[in-house]
Amino acid sequence: MNPSMQTQAEPPHIVGYATFIKVWIALVVLTGLLVGLSVTRRPHLALLGLLVITPTKASLVLFYFMHLKYESAALKYMVAVAIAVLIIFIGLTFSDYLFR
Amino acid sequence: MGAPAEAAEHAGEHRDYAGAKLGMWIFVFTELILFGGLFVAYGMYRSMHAHDFHKASGELNVTLGVVNTLILLTSSLTMVLSIVAIRLGRKLQSMLFLACTMLLGAAFLVNKFFEWKAKIHHGIYPGSEHLMARPPGERLFFGLYFGMTGLHGLHVTIGVVVMSVMLVFLARDRIRHNDFIKLENTGLYWHLVDIIWIFLLPLFYLAA
Repeated sequence: MNPSMQTQAEPPHIVGYATFIKVWIALVVLTGLLVGLSVTRRPHLALLGLLVITPTKASLVLFYFMHLKYESAALKYMVAVAIAVLIIFIGLTFSDYLFR
Repeated sequence: MGAPAEAAEHAGEHRDYAGAKLGMWIFVFTELILFGGLFVAYGMYRSMHAHDFHKASGELNVTLGVVNTLILLTSSLTMVLSIVAIRLGRKLQSMLFLACTMLLGAAFLVNKFFEWKAKIHHGIYPGSEHLMARPPGERLFFGLYFGMTGLHGLHVTIGVVVMSVMLVFLARDRIRHNDFIKLENTGLYWHLVDIIWIFLLPLFYLAA
């Protein structure tokens, strides 16, 4: 293709099928672990599942399936800022409620 | 197809890969804030009515929630494989993976339909007499349950509709190995829907 026709940045390199299948297996295993922890009827373990396993699963989807791992630093910073803003919103709301 | 022929065919067509992707990510951020607000509402009401939330959560069908999680996780895999396939120039494979994603999305909605139907059959729906007679925390739990899984279900429905359009684009070569941003952005949306469900599962189904 004529390079002058293209103003866009080139798409990043192709990641193979195998990587995504491994990520999917990890997601299924983590889901099993999460459900397993919740049926132990121990609130501490269930809370651990919610606070550790769930964000890990979300990160796997974000970095691999949503391709963030292979994106530019600028896009990574943007996503980090968006998530930081969300965490600040949640943190401020809860601190207002808990220390009122 | 030769480079000059392809260039001529798409002469005048404006393509901006990075811009299109950035635009989709900004949309994803707005979705994050939309659902984020609902998660804050859930967190606040749960801390106010911990016992009621715990009790009401026990009435949800955990098996159905977990099955739907596996369905969505698998659909995310087939979605991303569809993008890899078209980038490798495997058009038919890409279409098959996308069709699988749509079927899994539809299966998710069918499960959701039966889940809601059972709840409504038991008199549990926003504003029902049965629900209004129960403690405020349980009313709030089911209100949030219907509101958040409903909004999420709406997103799944929109995703399946958008994917059907992408399937036509693939068939007509509007999405090709060197021009796949439409499919990639559809994927970003679908994975976002998956991430939201990843958080909904422990908050609603496993909270008991």
